[in-house]
Amino acid sequence: MDLYAENILDHYRHPRHKSVLKNPTVTHKEENVSCGDTVELSLSMKDAKILEIGWSGEGCAISQAAMSMLSEELIGKTTDEALSIATDHIHELLGVPVGPRRTKCALLCLHTLKNTLRAAKNEPVQSWTETVGEQ
Amino acid sequence: MHYDVEAVRRQFPILSGGICYLDSAATSQKPNIVLRAMDTFYTSQNANINRGVHALAEAATVAFEDARKTVQRFLGAKHAHEIIFTRNATEAINLVAKTFGRSLAQKDRIALTLLEHHSNIVPWLQLKEEKNITIDWIGLETDGSLNESSIADVLSKKPKLLAITGVSNVLGTKIPLKEIIKKAHANGTLVLVDAAQMAAHEKIDVQDLDCDFLAFSGHKVYGPTGIGVLYGKEKLLNDLPTFLGGGDMIQTVTTDGFTAAELPRKFEAGTPAIAEAVGLKSAIEWIDSLGIAAIAEHEEHLLAHALEKLQTIKEVKVLGPKDAKKIASCISFTVDGIHPHDLTQILSEKGVYLRAGHHCTQPLHNHLGVVATSRISVAAYNTIEEIDRFATEISHAISAWKK
Ligand SMILES: Cc1ncc(COP(=O)(O)O)c(C=O)c1O
Repeated sequence: MDLYAENILDHYRHPRHKSVLKNPTVTHKEENVSCGDTVELSLSMKDAKILEIGWSGEGCAISQAAMSMLSEELIGKTTDEALSIATDHIHELLGVPVGPRRTKCALLCLHTLKNTLRAAKNEPVQSWTETVGEQ
Repeated sequence: MHYDVEAVRRQFPILSGGICYLDSAATSQKPNIVLRAMDTFYTSQNANINRGVHALAEAATVAFEDARKTVQRFLGAKHAHEIIFTRNATEAINLVAKTFGRSLAQKDRIALTLLEHHSNIVPWLQLKEEKNITIDWIGLETDGSLNESSIADVLSKKPKLLAITGVSNVLGTKIPLKEIIKKAHANGTLVLVDAAQMAAHEKIDVQDLDCDFLAFSGHKVYGPTGIGVLYGKEKLLNDLPTFLGGGDMIQTVTTDGFTAAELPRKFEAGTPAIAEAVGLKSAIEWIDSLGIAAIAEHEEHLLAHALEKLQTIKEVKVLGPKDAKKIASCISFTVDGIHPHDLTQILSEKGVYLRAGHHCTQPLHNHLGVVATSRISVAAYNTIEEIDRFATEISHAISAWKK
């Protein structure tokens, strides 16, 4: 069970920042329609800076652990910094190779983050193709 | 007669490496004889059909029409020209939805069941979008069989057509088609059977069933991808407008218009999947050589054994009927605390291949109240030992995951 490295399972079993924010600046939900995994992200922001984060979601260990791992890095980041997080970074966080069939599971967190930030700026959401990038 | 599963298995080159393939409901593996038949076609008969008079064109046309006759026998159809070759079951269903649907108007209704695959839902929803027709859904009992009063209720609204699967690709439920078709006809409703999941597991006799249309895919009956079949009663097919336009489907073309070719070519525009038709013929002959009843009996043993094994694992919840006599092809289940995708990946690493997800049946999954499930499905080449191996790996995954 290489893919299910201990830290992935740990984040899956004990997700960080998985809570409801009282007065979020923005809340946005995304789904991986091919499997039904969901993540809803809430951010509390000030001067284009992330102050607090809370999320909820349902799905496989990869999608949920990745969101938990990503959530640990967001506080204090500016919108621009958060928007510039690349897909490679999520793969680094997971630390194990994720096959093409599970790429969207791994990147659901990033897709949700980017579209939450876009929603905060009243910009249209980006497509999965933009998040995943041309392979 | 003794069913020699090891002898069956040896005919499937892909299985020789010891993989435990429990995903035949998605697509079956192909025996050597099918691969060879296609190879032989390409190495000795390949030419376009219907378009030439040279010897190869003749040989290819004969091979293609022989395939049609084999399918005719497989389905018990009255005429070979009632067999239309398509790309797959999906295209066969679309053919009916797009042609039969053209004459429908706003007040008309189409009936479906909650067991349907997206392939037998979306073409009708597209028609709803275009024509504003109404779709009525036949509901389910808790065990996944169709609800009798819902059948009566939906049919009493006199839908123009009922499109119904023969076997659920999630719960495995076998549908009492003959009975339902009789009731539908009594209400003036035509019936299209989606036999994609049924064709490899049950003898089909379209004249005995009296269905009006029936669709299946070659790749789920040990044949190649890229070939499917629509059966339709001669009169109905003759009355339908044309589907795709192009070469082969016309009698005459002028600058003003065209006249359609006779059946079956009326619905076969463009160069068809000739080698794949030859492969499908070989696959059907392969099934016949074992006997579909013998295959079905073997599979029932496998499903019964799987049900028994799964029910001993307390974290596992089986979703469909728990009686192997009531199901064919597959069993779906959930495992407490492990998402189906994780489970499938863990088992895949052990060489055990099953399917996870909504299996193209979102309305059914909504009805069951689950987003995704895991599914095992069986075929002629699976063994009791594979079911045991699968059950053992599930137990291992549960204990490793929960530690
Ligand atoms: C019940 C049912 N209908 C239709 C289909 C669609 O078959 P195809 O993708 O070969 O057109 C499937 C395949 O999964 C199925 O199980």
